[in-house]
This record gives sequence, structure tokens and C-alpha cells, in this order.
Amino acid sequence: MLLLAFDTATPAVTAAVCQAPEGGGPHTVRTAAASSSVDARRHGELLAPAIRDVLAEAGAGPGDIAHIAVGVGPGPYTGLRVGLATALSLADALGVPCHGVPTLDAVAYASGRTGPFIAASDARRKEVFWARYADASTRTGEIAVDRPAEVDTGGLPVIGHGAALYPAALGGGSEETAAFEPLYPSASALGELALRRLLAGEDLDPPRPLYLRRPDAAEPSAPKRVGQWKA
Amino acid sequence: MSRDDLPLVLGIETSCDETGAGLVRGCTLLGEDVASSVEQHARFGGVVPEVASRAHLEAMVPTVRRALDKAGAAPSDVDAVAVTAGPGLAGALLVGVSAAKAYAMALDVPLYGVNHLVGHVAVDQLEHGPLPKPAVALLVSGGHTSLLLVEDLATRVRSLGDTVDDAAGEAYDKVARLVGLPYPGGPPIDRAAREGDPEAIRFPRGKWGDGTYDFSFSGLKTAVARWVEDAGRTGEDLPVPDIAAGFQESVVDVLTRKAVDACVDNGVEHLVISGGVAANSRLRALAAERCAAAGVELRVPRPKLCTDNGAMIGALGAEVAAAGLPPSRLDLATDTSLPVELPLAP
Repeated sequence: MLLLAFDTATPAVTAAVCQAPEGGGPHTVRTAAASSSVDARRHGELLAPAIRDVLAEAGAGPGDIAHIAVGVGPGPYTGLRVGLATALSLADALGVPCHGVPTLDAVAYASGRTGPFIAASDARRKEVFWARYADASTRTGEIAVDRPAEVDTGGLPVIGHGAALYPAALGGGSEETAAFEPLYPSASALGELALRRLLAGEDLDPPRPLYLRRPDAAEPSAPKRVGQWKA
Repeated sequence: MSRDDLPLVLGIETSCDETGAGLVRGCTLLGEDVASSVEQHARFGGVVPEVASRAHLEAMVPTVRRALDKAGAAPSDVDAVAVTAGPGLAGALLVGVSAAKAYAMALDVPLYGVNHLVGHVAVDQLEHGPLPKPAVALLVSGGHTSLLLVEDLATRVRSLGDTVDDAAGEAYDKVARLVGLPYPGGPPIDRAAREGDPEAIRFPRGKWGDGTYDFSFSGLKTAVARWVEDAGRTGEDLPVPDIAAGFQESVVDVLTRKAVDACVDNGVEHLVISGGVAANSRLRALAAERCAAAGVELRVPRPKLCTDNGAMIGALGAEVAAAGLPPSRLDLATDTSLPVELPLAP
């Protein structure tokens, strides 16, 4: 069974084909092909070719896909929607189910950690998206958006791009980027996590974006006076 | 080539606040659907890009589905996908382009990233058949006010003139707000103007007789604001119908005069008027009158096709495919200011 996974909720554009043999359990899941590139301004251009390429590398065509899993953020909205619009439309055209995976869960899963930690990503405006994990595959709370100094780390290690951006507040003072890896989600981790959960009979989230903020928009004030322009 | 040999094109439009999908074969519209987020923008007095983008993502697949249902088609019947690559709002365009790439990839059909403005002209073919060559097109909407010389929809479109400041529809929105009418301003001003006297208040005609095909509506808007302010000092009730009629007369007088001049000057016998403001009753009436006097044949699509929709993108996609132009690549980029000279995005 093939699952196509991708995520565009961070500066990374990442796509993967994950697979399990027919009748295989969660432990039989592996990644057949994967690609990642980091370019925060070109999600819309990079994603579709990346999907085409990982499918080709896996020796598969669109018609072989049985499930789609997409990162639902949170993350910068414009990039985030590239992944979701692609996933929803692909699933519609192919007639296959589409699942959502929180992007931070993919970062956490790829860390392989066995103890508690925090994963954080860049929320822009000097804030981070963050959540607590008991281990790589178990999130223990809701994802939040806060200023780095307001995140109560409780002394836990913090991983992800959010920690690398704000090492003083989140990194325990470390300047070593390696301490915060993985910085970005990989579709390989996202896809394997999703396919293992599907094979274990667990429910996945719907493919709905996690924005966590309302749109910036202010209702207009009274019209500007123009009378002073009159001679 | 018989009609059934022509490709079935799925057109997708998300450049502003309308999510559109349309199924087109040649010059025939088979089915289309539009989801609008206009009500979510009303209290802000204009389109909020992030609100529009969120609405596009929610509406995209359901809108494509409804268009397919109306056309009695399945996704597997689609032979090509066309999508607005620009101009438009960056985040909004990306939703449609991402969706279009996905449909094209999944269905293994060509993708065409096309020009929103040229789509507004191409849509006329769905109503009145093949567009005579050459034609002049006047595009008037909330975002655009352009005069185009169209020699070939797929390959040869030239800009004759444009607004130097506000779009005509934008002026309608701003003036509506000044006199307490709701957003979007076009329909309520049109209605109010029918009760008013267009000669009661004479507002200025921007760039009138300046020898260009350009437009300006910013000074007109300020003139209305000044008039409203002065009237406010006397404490009298605003004569909204007369203000609306005077404002509207100024807008459509310049639009129709310059459009007809462009036809006469270029020896063109056909004028297309499209875009959201083309639904305006006074614009239609005055354009018909002046075209008749100048011996120009006027073509105005029905209002539903004049506003943003997917059918217009399908219509242009069909034209581009018929011209044998190479399909867009999967790394097609959106272009918020795609020039009208490029019906097919590079």
C-alpha cells in the first residue's frame, strides 16, 4: 500500500512515498522515495515537481496512491495552503482518502526521542508554534503560539527551527544548531507516522489547516477629511 | 474537427475573492460554479487577502465538484486544466494554481497557466461565439480598468490604456462608503442612480480629452468626498440618488468615450466590455448608444460571466490549447502582475 506524504508549513518543501506490503503491520512501513528542499518563497513552484519526482523514483504513478497525508501546520499560511490545496485536489481527482498530520508531530517523530521534549517552529512576528511531547510519537498537549520567552519549557530540551531561532529563550543557551535537529519536518517521517497509525487502526486528523491566529484585518475608520485641500 | 473532438477544459480561478470552476469545450460552457467570500469582506470595506485565501482553500474542491456535476462530467473526462496564474492576490492565486497542478498531475492532462485579464475577454466567446479579430476590449472591475487591443486571444493582446490610480470598481466602493451605501458599491450605486438626476451635480471627468486611453478615478472620488463634506456642513440630508447618478455618469462617460474612440482610431468594429462593472446598467446603456452611433458592434457577456468565474479561464484555456501552445510546466509560478501581453504565463 502506497501513501503519498508532503508538508509545506515551514521553509522546507518535502515530499515522500511511503509503503507497506499488503497485509503488513505498522512495523513493515518504510519510505520508498523522499525529497526535501528549503526555500521559503517557492513552495508553490517546488511542490508539484517534488511529488512527480518521488512518485517516479518509487516506480509509481498517481493511480497507485492509496492514501495522502499532508502537514496541516501550524506554519506560515501561504505556504501551508500550497500543501493543503494540493492534497485536497489530488485526493479528489484520485478518489483516495486524505489525512492531516500536525507539522510539529512530524518534526517530533523524526527526532526519534524516547523521553519528554518540546518541539517548536517559527511562527513569525517574533513568536513560535510549540507543543510538548512525551516521546517522538506522543504529543501531550495542544499546539500553542507564544513569544519564546513565554514558553514554559520546564527544563525540557527544545527541538526544531523555533529553538534554533531563539536559542537564548528555548535552547538552554546552546548555539549548536545540531542540538535542535531536526529543524524542519520531513515528509518521510510524516508519511511513516501516518501510515503506521493507519495500519494500527488509529484515526488521523482531517486535512484542515491549523492557523491558530485570526486574519489581520481592521474595520475601516471614518473617511478621511478632504476639505483642507480646498483653496 | 467536430465539437466532441475539442478538449474538455477545466478552468480554475482564484485571483481575488471568488473561487470559480468551469468546464468548457471550444466556445461552449458546459457547467460552472462560483463560491464568493464577498460577505466576509463587507465589514472591512474591501477584500482582505488572508480572508480570501482561507475561503479559497475551503471552497476549491467543492466548487470544482459542483461545476463537474453541472456539466455532467467526471474528473476523468477532463482533457486539460487551465488556471489563473495572474494577475491577482499572491496568496489567493497560489491556492488555485496548487489545486490545478494537482488535478492536472492526477488526471495526467496538460496544465495551462493563463492570464486573468485575457480570460475576461475570452469568456465572451461562450456567449456570442468566436471573437472577431481584431477587437477592442474594455475590462472594468474592482481591480482593473484596462483597454485592450485583441488580435488573437491566445497570442496577440496589446494594452492600449489603463487606470493610472484607482480601478473603476474601487471608485464605486469608495463612493458608496462616502454616502453610506453598502460594499460592494457597484449595485447599490447603480440602483440609487436610477432615482437621481445625472445632471444635478457635475463631477469632473478624469483624463477627459487628454489624447490617451488611460483613466483616472482618484480625483473624482475626492470631488465626491469634498461635495459630501460641504453638504454635511449645511446639515441637510445627502441627496444620495443625485450624487450616485452624477458620479456614475462621470465614470461611464469617460469609459465609453475612450472605448469607442479606441475602436474608431484603430479601425476596429467590435467592442467587448467585461469585468464586474460591466454589469452596470448605465454603462451598458451608454455603451450601446455610442457604439451604435459609431458603427461599432458591442458585445457584453451576461453579468454572471462578467464577474470573476472559472468559465472565463476555461474559455481562454480552450483557446490556448487550440492554438497549439506548449502546456505550462509543473513548476509554473504565480505572477501577481502578469502583463496582459502574456495570455499564457511564461
